[in-house]
Amino acid sequence: MAKHKTPLLDELESGPWPSFVSDVKQEAEVRAKNEKGVNYQIPVEVCEDLLGVLELSYNDGETHWKHGGIVGVFGYGGGVIGRYCDQPEMFPGVAHFHTVRVAQPTAKYYTTDFLRQIVDIWDMRGSGLTNMHGSTGDIVFLGTTTPQLEEIFYELTHDANVDLGGSGSNLRTPAACLGMSRCEYACYDAQGLCYDMTMEFQDELHRPAFPYKFKFKFDACPNSCVCALARSDFSVVGIWRDEIRIDQEAVAAYVGGEFAPNAGAHSGRDWGKFDIQKEVVELCPGKCIKYADGKLEINDKECMHCMHCINTMPRALMIGNDRGASILCGAKAPILDGPQLSSLLIPFIKVEEPYDEIKEVVENIWDWWMEEGKNRERLGETMRRMGFQKLLEVTNTKADPRHVQEPRHNPYIFWKADEVDGPWERDVNEYRKRHQR
Amino acid sequence: MAIVEFQGKSFDVDEDGFLLKFEEWCPEWVDFCKEGEGIKELNEEHQKVIDFLQDYYKKNGIAPMVRILSKVTGFKLKHIYELFPSGPGKGACKMAGLPKPTGCV
Repeated sequence: MAKHKTPLLDELESGPWPSFVSDVKQEAEVRAKNEKGVNYQIPVEVCEDLLGVLELSYNDGETHWKHGGIVGVFGYGGGVIGRYCDQPEMFPGVAHFHTVRVAQPTAKYYTTDFLRQIVDIWDMRGSGLTNMHGSTGDIVFLGTTTPQLEEIFYELTHDANVDLGGSGSNLRTPAACLGMSRCEYACYDAQGLCYDMTMEFQDELHRPAFPYKFKFKFDACPNSCVCALARSDFSVVGIWRDEIRIDQEAVAAYVGGEFAPNAGAHSGRDWGKFDIQKEVVELCPGKCIKYADGKLEINDKECMHCMHCINTMPRALMIGNDRGASILCGAKAPILDGPQLSSLLIPFIKVEEPYDEIKEVVENIWDWWMEEGKNRERLGETMRRMGFQKLLEVTNTKADPRHVQEPRHNPYIFWKADEVDGPWERDVNEYRKRHQR
Repeated sequence: MAIVEFQGKSFDVDEDGFLLKFEEWCPEWVDFCKEGEGIKELNEEHQKVIDFLQDYYKKNGIAPMVRILSKVTGFKLKHIYELFPSGPGKGACKMAGLPKPTGCV
């Protein structure tokens, strides 16, 4: 018998999609029965009280969590999101309901051994509820009490050999697409770079030292499966700079209907026979593909690396062999001065261990932003306030037409004093000798 | 919210152990907090950090950015964590009696 009546939540148990309500109820039942004899360290009824407080919020249309919460583990300035219920007498099981961010393996490949190990820790010391995963990438342990934080941290680090993720004004947990592990479009080892950068900058991740949060994300090609361009201050996107490799026989197989376009992604509907002219050639944004006499040609100099042709005919068209990445900066959500996608900073950089060139770009940006960034100002906002030119200077990047979508249309152009003949300081009396008042 | 009693003084605190009123701060508060923040004995360097946080807060109405704290005290962030294991926000600001840090933490 459930502790609280939840008629509104019960509605969410119907329908075909996996119901979070059914799952939480199942966990509540497992805890109540405790067939494994777990020595629960937080209230057994935590899951039931969570459903109870959620039902109350469904009724009121208001949240019932108090503002903020500052908890953590010694040595770190982040990693745990403190949370307290604003009805602790009614729902004592969630009076404390802190969230622990746990560092995930890049691209989220797991063994059941590892997952069982961390779940055992969480069953005993937490609510048994998780978020797999937070949007930044972390494994999220949802709901525990303050005294358990150090205990959880001890067991995670000593037994499971895994660290906390990031929170606060620091480097947040980096994430990558699954990259070369199982994608033929990967232009660099996104997982390798993600792991290496995460380890390199552990200090910046665990102890907030920045004006505001800062995120890395690593996409191995412009399809952007981890959404680096939209969701990271420092976005690394794989690219090639030689020719797209063409297998003419495979092209013929697509035209002949042996291979399904887009690897069959549109097979749920009859779009007619594959028309290479209409579906590939005419959709190319660079207008640099020709198909004549059964032969596909690409003028790679005009190719924008948009991935469309490769996505459509993956068995016939392959990324080039001279591979690397572009670095783009400044993506952020709307607060405070409007949303931004990342802007192209480094058009092409080789991605090779130990990734020193990429780290140098990061460190140059940090040196500048840590000094000049205002309190709670994202990199994208600092770029806007101080100018893209400044970012180029601090990263020793030469301005390039690729840095803009279009040139400025206003004439408010700043010059440096040493770029102009004569000094800025002029004597008005000299001027008056030639121009009467 | 709760009231804690220590050495004849009483303090209004929130769940995270932050003082609700900066005016209630007194040296006993630091003694009361230190154990919970992993500090055995306070030295001059701890005091320097606490003094600066309080001065800055009185003057500006906010806590200083980490960078400013480092610059003025001359302590690198690493050293601040050696002094205050839970960091400048949860550790030093709490002991100095400043309001709880907010935002996306």
